[in-house]
Amino acid sequence: MKYINEFRDGKLARAIGEAIRREVDPARQYNLMEFCGGHTHAIARYGLPDLLPRNVRMIHGPGCPVCVLPIGRIDNAIAIASLPNVILCSFGDTMRVPASGQSSLQRAKARGADIRMVYSSLDAVSIAQQHPDREVVFFAIGFETTTPTTAVAVKQAEALGLRNFSVFCNHVLTPAALDAILSADQDNAPQVHGVVGPAHVSTVIGSQPYEAFTARYNKPLVIAGFEPLDVLQSVRMLVRQLNEGRAEVENEYTRTVTSAGNRRAQALVADMFELRPSFEWRGLGEVPWSALQFRPRYRGFDAEARFAVEKHAVADAKACECGTILRGLKEPKDCKIFGTVCTPENPVGACMVSSEGACAAYYTYGRFTIPIEQAPS
Amino acid sequence: MSTIKAGYIRHLDFKQGRVEMSHGSGGRAMAQLIDELFLAAFDNPMLRQMNDQAAFEVPAGRMVMATDCHVVSPLFFAGGDIGSLAVHGTINDVAMAGAQPMYLAAGFILEEGFPLADLRRIVESMAGAAREAGVAIVTGDTKVVEQGKGDGVFITTTGVGMVPPGVNISGDRARPGDKVLVSGMLGDHGVAIMSQRENLTFSTSIVSDTAALHGLVAAMLAAAPNIHCLRDPTRGGLATTLNELAKQSGVGIDIEEQALPVRDEVRAACELLGLDPLYVANEGKLVAICSADDAHRLLETMRAHPLGRHAAIIGEVRADPHCFVQMNTSFGGRRNVDWLSGEQLPRIC
Repeated sequence: MKYINEFRDGKLARAIGEAIRREVDPARQYNLMEFCGGHTHAIARYGLPDLLPRNVRMIHGPGCPVCVLPIGRIDNAIAIASLPNVILCSFGDTMRVPASGQSSLQRAKARGADIRMVYSSLDAVSIAQQHPDREVVFFAIGFETTTPTTAVAVKQAEALGLRNFSVFCNHVLTPAALDAILSADQDNAPQVHGVVGPAHVSTVIGSQPYEAFTARYNKPLVIAGFEPLDVLQSVRMLVRQLNEGRAEVENEYTRTVTSAGNRRAQALVADMFELRPSFEWRGLGEVPWSALQFRPRYRGFDAEARFAVEKHAVADAKACECGTILRGLKEPKDCKIFGTVCTPENPVGACMVSSEGACAAYYTYGRFTIPIEQAPS
Repeated sequence: MSTIKAGYIRHLDFKQGRVEMSHGSGGRAMAQLIDELFLAAFDNPMLRQMNDQAAFEVPAGRMVMATDCHVVSPLFFAGGDIGSLAVHGTINDVAMAGAQPMYLAAGFILEEGFPLADLRRIVESMAGAAREAGVAIVTGDTKVVEQGKGDGVFITTTGVGMVPPGVNISGDRARPGDKVLVSGMLGDHGVAIMSQRENLTFSTSIVSDTAALHGLVAAMLAAAPNIHCLRDPTRGGLATTLNELAKQSGVGIDIEEQALPVRDEVRAACELLGLDPLYVANEGKLVAICSADDAHRLLETMRAHPLGRHAAIIGEVRADPHCFVQMNTSFGGRRNVDWLSGEQLPRIC
């Protein structure tokens, strides 16, 4: 696989690992939060912590779109799917997200709801075309990366004159989540010293929106790709910034991310969506101005209006530590129910749901591994 | 067959005809379906007796029996179809005990309205696969369910076979220090199926690896009679099979990512779909665990066989009370290779 294997080269990885070890100040702690689940997954899958010195700790952020969906919104989706004549189209990894009363989309499907797994928002439009007598609802989730694809689907449905297609919009915004975490971090003892910034999200929004954060919180941010070498290199860049007392936005992922981002995608999204005053995130609670809703002109496609969806807040499970894990205050193994009550088969909390979640990544790849060599402390 | 009946019956219409409820009712229509389709394709003396069971002589020794249900979607895919898969799947389950497969039984659940042309294609493919494997389909059953209550065709096959004297293969025999081998490229079947699913639009040159492995197993046993474990990594892929073996034997297993044989096309398709080749299904591959002394001889033998050309030693067994499977990544790190959680590929075998 050309242009991918190059970013998984073990020899180069060891060299960068060595360089990081040489550059870190042994008397200092480096807590780096990787925002995206894609980074978390790469870190766990390739065993990156084995290559890092002990005083560099990766904290797994909230950038897993499936994980941050609150229980209430899943309940809403199940309620819509359970209406007569509705087909709900969902991405595969949303199917298992726990809802109230031990339910999930997968279980609702088993009980008879017509819920279909799609690989693209456009598949949902095709299903609407094939079933003109049914209401087809696309369960849209994700950060800035997937929002333009939802917008394209709506545009296409509009062009086709489809009256039976609507979108249950749960698109959320990265900068708002980052702000929620870093501002909470200000109040507690600072846990996060630097941030590995989003990869695919940044291809859409560009690197420029992060500049407000580095200035406000005085913490460096390095945008990094999802390949393991990208992550390692960004760690090295963060270590350098911290050592030199800098707090800047740097871009490791220059092969796709520009300062301004994808303006066409931005324009498409801006034309169709507006900010929601507040949106609930699993693990973070209500975060102001952190999600999108349809503008009035597109309300016809809004499933929330069409099916009179009401706000429905459900508290996260009490024993679940997702909130503190997402803030870096605790690690998955510090949670009492990790790996016992809460497993990928029966997730209780957000972080165990998708393979990109911190707990699921730990559980799947990291549990009880024996380090090949003990890194020098 | 009576010669009188032949003149009165309109033959089954294999061009336009469809499965009807009467084909499963036990009456004349069912008899005709059996006669003109199943018997014609699977023809052998035991089946021709038209009894509700097959009777055969049993040699002395240990017999094995295995059964496998097949619900694959799509029914026809690059490199095979549900028919060949149903034959290979059960033969392989029998062969993984080191046994020589002897006979198969086949149960069909047909959905009303299913085209007879497709059914014939499937049945003939089964017959071809059985013939090629040298294993006769000696008894069977057919039921028809109403439209909407099945998915075209479901096939269950059951096989019996004989274990040669002195062979003792079982999932609980892996011991620390043993070597772990695979017989070839991983993930071909799963990717071939995925690429042909209705809602996925990508094309690939990958074809399913579906194949009967008893010939390879016989060659392996001739070279190394004391193979400890054999298993075919079907659903859940290599990762799941290794976890099963580790748990059954109460050991841990270490594998080397760099040693895993995976085609570039499979890697690329997995990359695209967000899958891990370790969890993708195979239908013509096996995992073998043997003592370190036997490993190289076994590897040479496998590589000399057409179904084992890309065989490789991929890791070894170690003592581990947690029974974890771990992998040294080509990146230089180390990670757990866990059981598959949820479903990675729905209904692929």
